Amino acid sequence: MYVAVKGGEAAIANAHRLLADRRRGDRAVPAITLEQIVEQLSLSVDRVMAEGSLYDGELAALAIKQARGDVIEAIFILRAYRTTLPRFGYARPVDTGAMLVERRISATYKDLPGGQLLGPTFDYTHRLLDPALAETGEPAPPATRPAGDEAMPRVSGILAGEGLIEEDGALPQDHRTGDLTREPLDFPMQRDLRLQALARGDEGFLLALGYSTQRGYARSHPFAGEIRIGLVEVELDVPELGFAVTLGRIRVTECQMVNQFQGSAKAPPQFTRGYGLVFGQSERKAMAMALCDRALRARELGEDVTAPAQDEEFVVSHCDNVQATGFVEHLKLPHYVDFQAELDLVRRMRREVEEARAAGAADREAAE
Amino acid sequence: MHEREGAGDEARRAAMAVLAQAPGDMLDRLWRESGLPGEAEMLRGPETGLVGLRGRIGGGGAPFNFGEATATRATVKLPGGEVGHAYALGRDTRKVRIAAILDALARRPEAAATIETAILAPLRAALAEADARRRDETAATRVDFFTMVRGED
Repeated sequence: MYVAVKGGEAAIANAHRLLADRRRGDRAVPAITLEQIVEQLSLSVDRVMAEGSLYDGELAALAIKQARGDVIEAIFILRAYRTTLPRFGYARPVDTGAMLVERRISATYKDLPGGQLLGPTFDYTHRLLDPALAETGEPAPPATRPAGDEAMPRVSGILAGEGLIEEDGALPQDHRTGDLTREPLDFPMQRDLRLQALARGDEGFLLALGYSTQRGYARSHPFAGEIRIGLVEVELDVPELGFAVTLGRIRVTECQMVNQFQGSAKAPPQFTRGYGLVFGQSERKAMAMALCDRALRARELGEDVTAPAQDEEFVVSHCDNVQATGFVEHLKLPHYVDFQAELDLVRRMRREVEEARAAGAADREAAE
Repeated sequence: MHEREGAGDEARRAAMAVLAQAPGDMLDRLWRESGLPGEAEMLRGPETGLVGLRGRIGGGGAPFNFGEATATRATVKLPGGEVGHAYALGRDTRKVRIAAILDALARRPEAAATIETAILAPLRAALAEADARRRDETAATRVDFFTMVRGED
């Protein structure tokens, strides 16, 4: 129950003024610029873009600055902003096979066309704090080596030759690509909508669920068939021109998870697949997304649904951190009247229990 | 606003792709240095909106939406009647306005040559150089596997 109560305007205004002050921090320290955030906190920017579901590095940086570095608050701000813009249309699907690759690894094939390219990775670092970063001083420029023009086919294509792995996921010919920003959620859902939900889902939530599948809750024997990070072209069909126009390039991370599958009534023994595609350099998220995508295909593949990661309604309904934070944090808002009503109710129930107990005791005494 | 030219489409499409990917400050500088006329009537925008981004399941399967990007578009009309369009990711309205004027000017054969040499060629070269550098930096992180032979047989 909501009852309008006036008051608190001055407190709120001053709280926001205080927030602005604390956000700025010590005035003797230079204010951080958006360029600095974009360039030097780029993986935070990537996460805010991915879960804010809006590819715009400068806006994500602004949101991070405004949120004092609180990533979920920044995602919330970016989501709110996107609702203010008109939609020009849907771009053509990006072609990750034609990616300008910045990193590409496979845990299933050592020698694959195009090779294993580590790129700018945290892998193989010792995870020891580096005191040199606390000083000024610039790192050495990157090493270079002439890149050949060797093609870099997706690993899934290499495996497909033997017929031991399923094809890229197809949906019925007449299927219209779903968009959960336009239509209400409805279960069960098709894989395209699920992937959309996972792509904008909370990294921590999906990471935990992906981890749970590895620990035996819907075990699916995954291998990282391929992870690739790089730039892909975005093209939009423009009716007034009659052809597709290149709008520019975006950075994405793609993960092809390959899963052993013993077969079921619906499918023969083969390798099945989970897919992850995320804005920016977001490898952990892409891998978690691919694990969850595979787990959520349980029904389609005729597997028993026994674990949380396989429960579509559970995963999709709870992976959005903007919805989650909204509902959890609304508990902070005044519930004074609600609480008064519940207080009265608990007092009455308590009184009734005590009266019943007293009456019972009196009956027993009378019986003795 | 519908113009279908057929033969010129591919060149136009390629030029629009170069302009869309141009760094705003570089396009601005080349544009000012080119001395090309800037007089144009804005028919639409420049306006910023969203483009829905799509991937394919498994990389090549059915499409799915995986987020949106900001994009800016503009349509201009030159005093001579030529209409130009421009689209680019991001929110750089100045860049997109210049790109739309260039797209319209390129309908004039005499301006098309200037646009090619003064604007598109340097932009294309800069883009190619940046891509080549990125590829070479990545190539340096390629793993060269070798086999360690242990013991004697």
